[in-house]
Amino acid sequence: MPEQPPYDSEGAVAGTGMGGAMDLAASEATTLERAPGGPEGPQGPEGPGGREDAEGAGPAAGRPRSLWSDAWRDLRRNPVFVVSALVILFLVVIAVWPSLIASGNPLTCDLARAQDGPAPGHPFGFDGQGCDVYTRTVYGARASVTVGVCATLGVALLGSVLGGLAGFFGGTWDGFLSRITDIFFAIPVVLGGLVLLSVVPGNTVWPVVGFIVLLGWPQISRIARGSVITAKQHDYVQAARALGASNSRILLRHIAPNAVAPVIVVATIALGTYIALEATLSYLGVGLKPPSVSWGIDISAASPYIRNAPHALLWPAGALAITVLAFIMLGDAVRDALDPKLR
Amino acid sequence: MGRYVVRRLLQMVPVFIGATLLIFLMVNVMGDPVAGLCGERQCDPATAAQLKREFGLDRPLWQQYATYMGNVFAGNFGTAFNGQPVTELMASAFPVTIRLTVVAVLFEIVIGIVLGVMTGLRRGRPVDTSVLVLTLVVISVPTFVTGLLLQLLLGVKWGWIKPSVSPAAAFGELIVPGLVLASVSLAYVTRLTRTSIAENRRSDYVRTAVAKGLPRHRVVTRHLLRNSLIPVVTFIGTDIGALMGGAIVTERIFNIHGVGYQLYQGILRQNTQTVVGFVTVLVLVFLVANLLVDLLYAVLDPRIRYA
Repeated sequence: MPEQPPYDSEGAVAGTGMGGAMDLAASEATTLERAPGGPEGPQGPEGPGGREDAEGAGPAAGRPRSLWSDAWRDLRRNPVFVVSALVILFLVVIAVWPSLIASGNPLTCDLARAQDGPAPGHPFGFDGQGCDVYTRTVYGARASVTVGVCATLGVALLGSVLGGLAGFFGGTWDGFLSRITDIFFAIPVVLGGLVLLSVVPGNTVWPVVGFIVLLGWPQISRIARGSVITAKQHDYVQAARALGASNSRILLRHIAPNAVAPVIVVATIALGTYIALEATLSYLGVGLKPPSVSWGIDISAASPYIRNAPHALLWPAGALAITVLAFIMLGDAVRDALDPKLR
Repeated sequence: MGRYVVRRLLQMVPVFIGATLLIFLMVNVMGDPVAGLCGERQCDPATAAQLKREFGLDRPLWQQYATYMGNVFAGNFGTAFNGQPVTELMASAFPVTIRLTVVAVLFEIVIGIVLGVMTGLRRGRPVDTSVLVLTLVVISVPTFVTGLLLQLLLGVKWGWIKPSVSPAAAFGELIVPGLVLASVSLAYVTRLTRTSIAENRRSDYVRTAVAKGLPRHRVVTRHLLRNSLIPVVTFIGTDIGALMGGAIVTERIFNIHGVGYQLYQGILRQNTQTVVGFVTVLVLVFLVANLLVDLLYAVLDPRIRYA
């Protein structure tokens, strides 16, 4: 590791509370942060919102390719990306319309058939309460996808706005925010979830989403802050300032499109980890609670019968693992595509 | 160096206060600390009011927090739901969790670094690609699924281990739980070592060592590994705190009576003092581990100087 320490020595603690997957996400983003706009990155600040911007696009002949269209070209040819994107698409579809592939009702159970193996019309068998494992596994996708998507949106918005503003303006607010993120990093995530969710009543996904946003935003805000600070030092930002652009214009038109890549990568990987976190909390009995259908609840309910009916545990567990894997693989592939160093 | 340590210690104070205050607020404001004292039934209002007065719960929150922290620093963590002092619970729980963490860290060091070196030296070959995919899979499967699967296979199907750990929790019984606890970090250590090795392999000092005619294993162990392990060591250091806090799931699966088990009981029985006490200690462990790691960083890498 030449010169630069691999982690931010600014903060008093390194955030490991989220576990290895979040560390993976964070490290992937930091390697990305240094790359765009480096000496070998002639791409202009053209993000999705800045296509027509002329500044920085370079005097390249013809229509200059942006980082994003380049990345999209790479991604379309990457089998990992295609497969994981298809898996995610499928999950979203069955989360919205579970009845497309499962005709039964996940709450209809027949105790007489408890722990039975696969039967015609019931390919995955029955769980300890005699409910159809296939139907429950299909319906469980809804809880996971809802929690994952809502929590990621919340975390990404809150984290990038707070972190971006802190990185852009610096000063006291920045120092204050760094200390606040340190505080959140010092709380182990599963532990915080147990403590907070055990006292919050209600049986919807919203307390879980709220909790994940509460403990998840510091991670993204640290990433966003770092990448805004990197983007801020570029010449085109100085040029825009010299031309009299206002702070908000500089932030939105010049910095945001260039600083957003690491945030997107981390958010994609984080989505997978949030789904895993929801299942873990439900497994521990504090996330979603029994009348709702969720993979974590099913796995938790199946674990006492593991000796006689392992299938009731294996199917939801497999679905959970594939979902999380799909999001992490997708994030990984997007990162590779956005990294100009790998060109 | 001395000034840096002092500055870091000062920085730790607000973090410690903030984190414990947050947990304290979560338990005390959102939950009802006296609800657990009446067993399964609802407390009747007069009793609840008297209990609140008795425990000082009617005073302002900052006063409650200050009193609690004052007691903690005097070594008094309060009593658990069964009348045992919380310190006694800690004395029985922490050794178990520390043993579990030690096993997990050993796994991380041995397997993680060996795999990382193997793949880092063979970048782009089939071994490298398959190990990389494998690490992603391990990272993706939540710990509780890994734990339940290993328990099912090794404990129930093949009978290699006992599915649950006895209260004594000797090292021998903790091997599989330790592996489960370490699994995600293990995969991350592998990736970290791999990146670091692959990056340093192109550096000047390795080329010099090869040009001097040193044997390959000496180049790898003395020159390459010593420099590449710096980020890995620091990761493992910060991971210790996270492992102890994250052991709650593993301990539940394998029925280990450690910190996670006591915390879980405390939360189930709504015992404020157990929960806040254990979390306070865990936060302290986490902060101290972070500080030590940063200092270690300067010792391992002389290029880094803390002003």
